[in-house]
Amino acid sequence: MARIIVVTSGKGGVGKTTTSAAIAMGLAKRGHKTAVIDFDVGLRNLDLIMGCERRVVYDFINVINGEASVNQALIRDKNCSQLYILPASQTRDKDALSQEGVGKVLDELAKEFDYIVCDSPAGIEKGAFLALYFADDAFVVTNPEISSVRDSDRMLGILSSKSRRAEKNEEPVREYLLLTRYDADRVKSGEMLSLEDVQEILSLQLLGIIPESKSVLSASNAGIPVILDEKSEAGQAYTDVVARYLGEKRPHRFIDGKKGFLRKLFGGK
Amino acid sequence: MSINLQKMSNTLSILEFKSSTFFAPILILFSHDIAMIEQSLQEKIQLAPDFFRHSPLIIDLRELNKQGQDIDLAEIVGVLRRIGLFPVGIRGGNEQQNRKAHALSIPIDTVREPDSQAAAGNIQKQENSRRASEELQVAATDSTNPSSKPIADMPASSAEATLITQPIRSGQRIYASGDLIIMSQVSAGAEIMAEGNIHVYNTLRGRALAGVLGNTAARIFCFDLQAELISIAGDYKTSEDLNKQVYNKPIQIYLQDHALIIKEIA
Repeated sequence: MARIIVVTSGKGGVGKTTTSAAIAMGLAKRGHKTAVIDFDVGLRNLDLIMGCERRVVYDFINVINGEASVNQALIRDKNCSQLYILPASQTRDKDALSQEGVGKVLDELAKEFDYIVCDSPAGIEKGAFLALYFADDAFVVTNPEISSVRDSDRMLGILSSKSRRAEKNEEPVREYLLLTRYDADRVKSGEMLSLEDVQEILSLQLLGIIPESKSVLSASNAGIPVILDEKSEAGQAYTDVVARYLGEKRPHRFIDGKKGFLRKLFGGK
Repeated sequence: MSINLQKMSNTLSILEFKSSTFFAPILILFSHDIAMIEQSLQEKIQLAPDFFRHSPLIIDLRELNKQGQDIDLAEIVGVLRRIGLFPVGIRGGNEQQNRKAHALSIPIDTVREPDSQAAAGNIQKQENSRRASEELQVAATDSTNPSSKPIADMPASSAEATLITQPIRSGQRIYASGDLIIMSQVSAGAEIMAEGNIHVYNTLRGRALAGVLGNTAARIFCFDLQAELISIAGDYKTSEDLNKQVYNKPIQIYLQDHALIIKEIA
């Protein structure tokens, strides 16, 4: 039975799609058959980050409407044969999503896949609601910034009250924190919230801290999930996140942002 | 009375119930002479016409009934509407007046008077709290029902206490018809309401409203006060009005002579 993961945040621009692409790739690289679904209908982005935008034929809405089968719409990733992408429709809007339709697609995917990663749109409207409704696990992506923390807190409230697990009184959705775009120097100077500040409000299990890194933007532009950039701190951080999610114990890195002398000298990224 | 915590089913696409707290002026009547009432109202309104224009209004009949004077509700409502006010409720009415209000489609607010008015008021109280909870979009809460004793010295409410162990996140609203006991944090942007006392054995960052049906004996207790707003029986303070000295401390809040007293629990 597949495990359904929602990557959510409430706020936009915090790194949901980057995270979805990275962890889906990370899970697939470790041998788990993984599908990643773009729920941002009308603002299709995931295919760009995954570098498969030129291979989109059918999309999520086509499958919901019965115009294509799931297998027709799934795009196999060119870097990893265990990873499949289900792109959003660019020409429709969120109203094209329905709870039954999404449930049906997820049920079908669950037969074949080990993990299904749902990339939620920002906001708390229909797309975001349906992305989290069927989730077993939630990756709450948060920036060390007060409005992002507030919005994440709101999403956690919705997860604990409006998800399928909450409605059916089942074991609650497992909630994990991913602190992204973390800049240790700015935390030190007091410009950015620290991990403790964030945890004081959210108190969640921390899956990882993703440091602010130039490699994220260049990876996005190149259409290669940043986790494949093993030299970058962000890539390593996502690798740790996937390992921790799968139950490995790894110490948290990048909290203090200590840069070695040589790296400082040569401008390590 | 059982706990009136109810989870609304997901009727996302058609409608949604939400609840809100409104502040409305209360018109306390001391005389049953309609003409005199109208005249003094006109005078008052002239002082602040903008404030009163189309204002909702609650008619309070308690003083009148104390003096044993009766008033024709239909007539006073007519007068109020004529001068541009919108009566939206009555309180402190006797049985006959309440019935009249019903006929006029005007809601009845039952003021809880600790000892008197037992039997007749009771049914309305239940109605009242049920309505309140139905209006709410109460978030799922792990509310258990301990065979709890309301705190001995303060019979704030006859209903049982509601215990919540999960964190109350931003945007969630909790309504308890008796006391409300919360073991985890209450986030900024959350709203907790109780007809009785509120206890938060953690950090209180959201809004806390105790004694929402007018119980002035209700109190709020919390381990770490960082609330956005605190209110007891309608008297409120926002965080801006709170003295910074009471912040981040274990605090109790109660009403004394219509003033909110915020005191460190030493």
